[in-house]
Amino acid sequence: MSVLERNHVKVSGRPDGKPLVFAHGFGCDQNMWRLVAPAFEEAYKVVLFDYVGAGRSHLSAYTPERYSSLHGYAQDVLDICHELDLSEVSFVGHSVSSLVGVLAANAEPDRFANLVLVGPSPRYIDDDGYTGGFSAQDIEELLESLDSNYLGWSSQMAPVIMGNPDRPELGEELTNSFCRTDPDIAKRFAQVTFMSDNRADLEKCRTRALVLQCANDVIAPEVVGRYVHAALPGSELVLMRATGHCPNLSAPEETIAAIKAFL
Amino acid sequence: MDLTGGFEELFEDAPCGFLVTDADGAIRRANRTFLAMTGHRAEDLVGRARVQDLLAVGDRIFYETHFAPLLALQSSAREIAVDLRRAAGGRLPVLLNAVMKDEPTGPREIWICVFAATDRRSYERELLLARQRAEQSEKEARDLAGILQASFIPPSLPRIDGLDLAGVYRPAGLGDEVGGDFYDMYETRDGWALVIGDVSGKGAEAAVVTSLARYTLRAAPAREPAPSGILASLHHAVVRERTDRFVTVAYAQVALAPGGGCLLTLSLGGHPQPVHLTGAGASRVGLHGTLLGMLRRLKLSDVTVEVRPGESVVFFTDGVIEGRRDSELFGEDRLERVLLEARDESASGIADRLLQEVSAFQSGVLSDDVAIVVLKVPAGPPGSDQRDR
Repeated sequence: MSVLERNHVKVSGRPDGKPLVFAHGFGCDQNMWRLVAPAFEEAYKVVLFDYVGAGRSHLSAYTPERYSSLHGYAQDVLDICHELDLSEVSFVGHSVSSLVGVLAANAEPDRFANLVLVGPSPRYIDDDGYTGGFSAQDIEELLESLDSNYLGWSSQMAPVIMGNPDRPELGEELTNSFCRTDPDIAKRFAQVTFMSDNRADLEKCRTRALVLQCANDVIAPEVVGRYVHAALPGSELVLMRATGHCPNLSAPEETIAAIKAFL
Repeated sequence: MDLTGGFEELFEDAPCGFLVTDADGAIRRANRTFLAMTGHRAEDLVGRARVQDLLAVGDRIFYETHFAPLLALQSSAREIAVDLRRAAGGRLPVLLNAVMKDEPTGPREIWICVFAATDRRSYERELLLARQRAEQSEKEARDLAGILQASFIPPSLPRIDGLDLAGVYRPAGLGDEVGGDFYDMYETRDGWALVIGDVSGKGAEAAVVTSLARYTLRAAPAREPAPSGILASLHHAVVRERTDRFVTVAYAQVALAPGGGCLLTLSLGGHPQPVHLTGAGASRVGLHGTLLGMLRRLKLSDVTVEVRPGESVVFFTDGVIEGRRDSELFGEDRLERVLLEARDESASGIADRLLQEVSAFQSGVLSDDVAIVVLKVPAGPPGSDQRDR
């Protein structure tokens, strides 16, 4: 199985354009960029993918060891960059993918030109002198919430969801499938995401970076966005009018304009 | 039903809660049913709260990472299970169905149906716990099977000057049941004994017989010099056990020859004939004998085989030749072909190669346990070909 199949990589836009890689966060898949990515196809080589364990990636490639930290997810990004021989990469990461992008850029700084961090948080759980917005108890509740909401997942459904992206007659059964995967993997990804602490990695980052911060974001509150901006040397911070955690869906125009202005 | 002016009443007193919100979740309307369910007052919600504010924190993350994206991507989300915070404290488990309404004239709205689901959710929690317990038990059974199984196979085969030895074992399926395959090699007063065997069936009862077979075979050479006599002892021990299991065993007495090579005195109790690999090709050695522990009449014999330098003898259990792909078996022909291709490799090279072929034939999931033991006499005079070990 090639990396491109493993991560369900989609390449579009200008073949000779500079690469722009969009990475989804915890919860859904590359469809999160559906309203944003097309706006860059005229000028860039646009790369979309699903992390192993999400969307239409090959679940068989998931191992708890490799994906026990965000470094495993960063390796997915690097694998794709190597496979497509990408250089001068601009990486746009949503939510936890922001930090995945920082880790990938720190591992191979010469490969990355720009990082766009949409709703980043280097640590979700409060710590001495640091506000992440959550307690460990809150994260436990999230894991329970995942359990309750993945009841509909069954091994019978997996092949339907994974194997038939283009069969609309399955639409009825595929309800919620953009944001659904094997519940064990979803729980592990949630744990890795919300238990992570990558504050030290921000300071090591030397890649040009933009922080996009929404209003009323319960997952990555403004205080966290400001922390990331302060910790990332030479980064820019844009406070968006968009509310919530997913401006790529709720305010695509504003998101596109902010990314274009930065690039 | 008289609907003149009745839609307002239908909205307010429908048998489920209704919420109308802005695209970002800010509540614009809540019906009477919703207010009664949660104990909130309309004036505390409308224009003041978002749906997310009414959720427990864990569910709030779920809302942002799953529910909101789904609504944006497919304009609807169904059967989302969350807990609502009641005005008086405490939580109300509910199921949410929602649609995103594109208003041609104004901003987008979300319409949400709220169903109280206390009983259903507590039942689902029970189911979830039961599933977790079942998964835990399965894991424990698998671990136990693995530990028990490991006790049927020596951690490593002895190192014997002038012999190159290797053994491999792979359980059937996911390895969650104890299989009956075993092998062993140990010193006796006449040299060395090499045994490989298979107890019929799986699970705890088969494991008891496997254990019995192993210690009986280890003890018998003290009284019984001939391999066929040792197998007869095992036969009687299994019969005395009054089990309906039976055993197949290949037993070889190994005597090192002074000029290099070795002599095998071989007896087979219902076990497949080992393969003797020589420069001339592959041949089957030993005479077929009866299954042990089943028939009243025993027919066992001893055959002596000379194994010269460069030659090997491959012992295996029936999981090798009876490995199944659809209705096709791995079979004797494939066995001999693989072994001839691998005959110049070391003992472990030959064993690994055969296991790999049997496994690949069945797409990696074995239909039956497989054990393989290879005895090889390294080429060249003894002493000149001793590898660094």
